[in-house]
Amino acid sequence: MKYLYFIYKNLTRKKVRTTLTVLSIMIAFLLFGLLRSLSAAFDGGANVAGEDRLVSINKVTLIQPLPFSYLNKVKTLDGVEKVTMSNWFGGYYQDRKNQFPQFPVDAAEFFDIYRDTLNLPPEQLAAWKANRVGTVIGKALAEKFHWKIGDRIPLIGLFPKKDGSTNWEFVVEGIFTGKTESAQTNVMYFHYDYFDKSRQFGEGTIGWMIVKVKNPKESAKVAAAIDELFENSAAETKTDSEKEFSKSFAKQFGDIGLITTLILSAVFFTMLLVAGNAMAQSFRERIPEFAILKTLGFSDVTVMFMVLAEAMLICALGGLLGLGLAKLILVVNASRIATNLPGLDMSFAIIVTGIVWMILLGLVTGFIPALQGLRLNIINALRRN
Amino acid sequence: MSNPATAEAFAGSNVSVSLRDISKTYKKGKELVPVLTDINLDINRGDFVALMGPSGSGKTTLLNLLGGLDSPTSGELVIAGQRIDKFSSGQLTKWRARNVGFIFQFYNLMPVLTAEKNVELPLLLTNLSSKERRLHVAAALDLVGLSSRAKHYPRELSGGQEQRVAIARALVSDPSLLLCDEPTGDLDRATADEILALMQELNQAQQKTIIMVTHDPRAADHARRTLHLDKGKLIQE
Repeated sequence: MKYLYFIYKNLTRKKVRTTLTVLSIMIAFLLFGLLRSLSAAFDGGANVAGEDRLVSINKVTLIQPLPFSYLNKVKTLDGVEKVTMSNWFGGYYQDRKNQFPQFPVDAAEFFDIYRDTLNLPPEQLAAWKANRVGTVIGKALAEKFHWKIGDRIPLIGLFPKKDGSTNWEFVVEGIFTGKTESAQTNVMYFHYDYFDKSRQFGEGTIGWMIVKVKNPKESAKVAAAIDELFENSAAETKTDSEKEFSKSFAKQFGDIGLITTLILSAVFFTMLLVAGNAMAQSFRERIPEFAILKTLGFSDVTVMFMVLAEAMLICALGGLLGLGLAKLILVVNASRIATNLPGLDMSFAIIVTGIVWMILLGLVTGFIPALQGLRLNIINALRRN
Repeated sequence: MSNPATAEAFAGSNVSVSLRDISKTYKKGKELVPVLTDINLDINRGDFVALMGPSGSGKTTLLNLLGGLDSPTSGELVIAGQRIDKFSSGQLTKWRARNVGFIFQFYNLMPVLTAEKNVELPLLLTNLSSKERRLHVAAALDLVGLSSRAKHYPRELSGGQEQRVAIARALVSDPSLLLCDEPTGDLDRATADEILALMQELNQAQQKTIIMVTHDPRAADHARRTLHLDKGKLIQE
């Protein structure tokens, strides 16, 4: 600790260089904080996915339907507790840019199966069940469009109705909240029966099945039994855990994890060169001073640690500023982002990972100058003076 | 660390520094270059010795050996009863911190530290508390007459003042031996005389053993003894 003042003063020697180095490290960690949080938010669906839920889709593709009759067949399988279904609706509100996820579901089962992540007051659930054109919407969606219970919501749907129009009208009967930060509340659910009976084509089919198993440890076995049940049929199934389903669904936008890793790798590699060069230059300029320290009795190891400490301090300063700024950006924009990407926040794990990266960056960039400090020969160094 | 027989012999004598058949050879490519040859010398406690000689005569090399910055190729080098030629690099580092103060021609102060922080540097290696360090620093700066400049950075001081700070830094851990390499080489005559007078005062009042390398005969006049080196050999006293 008694060397800290000296180390700090050395950092202030070339203020412009230190500031630029700190800023460049800050930018790297700002990107790290934002991109890692973004990637985590994309994986958020997978993270809230229950281990006891399976999703069964058409083996060909998600947009190919399954017969409605599959539900009753799956219900009879051993290990299956409940089965419900859903379908893609693909509507928008007033303007095409106002798109958000809407799903027809079975009101009787859906909130029971998702009781671990979603919360809908019982009286609102009852009101929804009683109204055929009723809908329940997530809190984030209600806040975005300022919708409240009783509001009539006209949507332009992807599916035409039997009368040829694509205008679908719903009445808000409930507003649900998420039980976790990353639970999706930018969604709208309405009655499958209303959707199925009103649409012009596809009646009697479903988009996918959501299966709740009795014992999560038997999920794989149940998934295999479902797929086996419909083997060689006109609509074979592909059943996965809900987590896997969410991941592959998110990958439709691209492998966000891989993209962020590639970007961050490039940023950190560049940073390694920039910061490493700054540290090396700073050391070279002070070789006679380090020789004087050794002359005064500072050991080789002490000098090495002083050099390393400077590198660590610069990386920590830039890194913490970057992570802090990223956190600030996420907090300030939280409400705006929540509708499209719930759970976009810098988690504790991301902060800890960031700090580990700061330490590693400090060690790597300071390693060579520190080694030179360790090996510095006093006589040779003083001759340079 | 120390040789008991040598230490015993030193305990009863007035000798502070003893060199026996000291030689130093450097390797330049495949060639061996002798820099010091068979140096035999005794320096008493509290002596003030000027070391003179032409460039390349080995003055600075001898000073480096006396300060434990380098080790002799052969011979016996005893300082205050300790065979420092037998010390490892780590032992020499600790020994230097406790026993030797260095004063350089170009002061070699840390430009980012104030005068008092520069003086405090050797004390960071001790177990003294922050308060104790401050007291020692204040005393050392007072001794060289620079108390009023304690908060000033080297760039805000004159050459003479910088050298005084360097002297305070050399004195602050109370070493018995002061090694000075051309301490007045970068100063004007009047300032050089002031610095030499200060060194004389330290030698007389505090009984510091001072060994000073210089080219300047007027500087050497301030010493009690003058030694001459030529081509790596001690030629006359």
